[in-house]
Amino acid sequence: MSAWRKSLLLHGAILAALFGLQFVLPEYHHLAVTRVLLLAVFAMGFNLLFGYTGLLSLGHAMFFAAGMYGAGLTAYHLAWPVPAAMLFGVLCGAGLSLVVGLLALRTTGVAFMIVTLMISQVVYLATVYFTTWTRGDEGLVMPAAARSFELLGRQWLLTDPSTRYNLALALLALTMACVLLVVRGRFGRALIAIRENEDRSRMLGYNTFIFKLQALTLSGTLSAMAGAAYALMFAYIGSSFAAIQYSIDPLLYTLLGGAGTVAGPIVGTFFMFYLVDLASEHTTAYLLVTGVVLLFLVLFFPRGALGYVRARWLGWLP
Amino acid sequence: MDFGPFFLLATLEGLVQAAVLCLTALGLSLVFGVMRVVNVAHGEFFMLGAVMAWWVATWAGGHPALGFALALLLAPLLVGAIAWAGERLVLKRVSYDPEATIVATIGMLYIIQQTTLLTFGPDARAVNPPFYFRVEFPWFGYSGYKLCVIAAALVLLLATWFLITRTRLGLIMRATRFDRETAENFGIAVGQVYAMVFALGAALAAAGAVLVVPVRQAHYLMGIDPLLLSFIVVIIGGLGSIRGTLVAALLIGLSDGIISVFFSPTLAKMISTLAVALVLVFRPQGLFGIRARA
Repeated sequence: MSAWRKSLLLHGAILAALFGLQFVLPEYHHLAVTRVLLLAVFAMGFNLLFGYTGLLSLGHAMFFAAGMYGAGLTAYHLAWPVPAAMLFGVLCGAGLSLVVGLLALRTTGVAFMIVTLMISQVVYLATVYFTTWTRGDEGLVMPAAARSFELLGRQWLLTDPSTRYNLALALLALTMACVLLVVRGRFGRALIAIRENEDRSRMLGYNTFIFKLQALTLSGTLSAMAGAAYALMFAYIGSSFAAIQYSIDPLLYTLLGGAGTVAGPIVGTFFMFYLVDLASEHTTAYLLVTGVVLLFLVLFFPRGALGYVRARWLGWLP
Repeated sequence: MDFGPFFLLATLEGLVQAAVLCLTALGLSLVFGVMRVVNVAHGEFFMLGAVMAWWVATWAGGHPALGFALALLLAPLLVGAIAWAGERLVLKRVSYDPEATIVATIGMLYIIQQTTLLTFGPDARAVNPPFYFRVEFPWFGYSGYKLCVIAAALVLLLATWFLITRTRLGLIMRATRFDRETAENFGIAVGQVYAMVFALGAALAAAGAVLVVPVRQAHYLMGIDPLLLSFIVVIIGGLGSIRGTLVAALLIGLSDGIISVFFSPTLAKMISTLAVALVLVFRPQGLFGIRARA
């Protein structure tokens, strides 16, 4: 069996397992997994840039927030229907990531990390500053009108847990297909070449700036899609989603699951979400777990879960 | 109050801010300059300094001046020791790889911050200033302690400058910074130098925090603002350039203090952060720096 067919089978099986999971999960975990699925979309978007292109952004919260506020503000203030608001959120993320890319990609290495961190901080401060529209930290709760929509001749209720779960899963499947196609094609190979040795790729005639810009824009757009869906499904937007914490989280998920593996971020998000959930039952200092896991990964497990599996057993894992 | 006296007041506030920022940013700049390492946990060392000052002052009891003097001595030492251990146990083992170091220091940030939350608690706590007196200007009275903060920061800066430019230890640090491999060939234990510089950087941040804790309060989340401000200063001053760092700290501290008095602090932060990001994009050597050696 070819590597491509094996990986199609594997990722199809992951999606099927996630689909089946909803019928056995108790109510609390049903909701928790819905959140995990959307956060995994965010992490997969991040991984496209970090894992495959080798660019570490410390500001991905701004793209998540762009999607969230793009969708949430239009739904709240302009009463846009859900699909239009969602689309607008995604477009906001695409626009922002294009502009940020044009600026930040002029820098490399440490400077790139700091520039993304700082621009993200500006976005966070903006959500606090324009409090008339965003209500800052307190945030906005989506109105009842934004809790349902009509599409494809059907009424969709966002208050229904099962609808939410399957919509989140559909977004995850879309993201996964997108990443798989990118990684398999020439574009993905060029990205990996840039990760491994940018100078050599440039010498071979690749315009690495354009490739990196495309990767960043796609990554930001996927992150914004997660943010927009998060706002509309859970009916709340607030400044805390733009804070540094939300830039660190996808990094943590990706490192844990394995940077540069398609399904790694899903594994990482699941594991970390439940670890933090468990810790927060026992202590208010649950972020301690985040710190310990980060150190552990860097020191002893730099390849992450699926990275280890690939190195050890499944060489074909994309 | 007229504009003139009001502006004087804002300038004084800005100078206090700038003095503390000089110390904190100098620590970050030293670490970056010598080790080429971005220390995201730097703000937490600042916070630890303030928290330790509270521990020491409470433990010492007696006259506030005694507790404060002890804190000014002990807190930087303790924080330096913690940083030294962190460098040996973590950063050394990831071989100072830029990405791994950043992730590791983010991990250290959370561990320090959350351990403080567990032990020190979520409340903000004040340390008594060592003395009270007011300097009377014709228009308003001003805390004499705050003026002493400026003086003390100056003394510490001069001491650091002396250490770097006039001692053998400083020479070794500068050699390591200039060319790591050649330094190693000349028998300098580069690993030891790195650990020492990392500890010194943390101790400088802690010293700044001890000075400022009687005017502000110790809180487990107080590290984030000094971290971002230090980043800003180090970037504007030119990554790794110490003279640039000091000029930039003065500039940023003063203008931040003055702008916050007259305008919305959030807007001020937004504009300055964006400006700095753009400086890093279009003038990576900083406003005062020269291009770094490759």
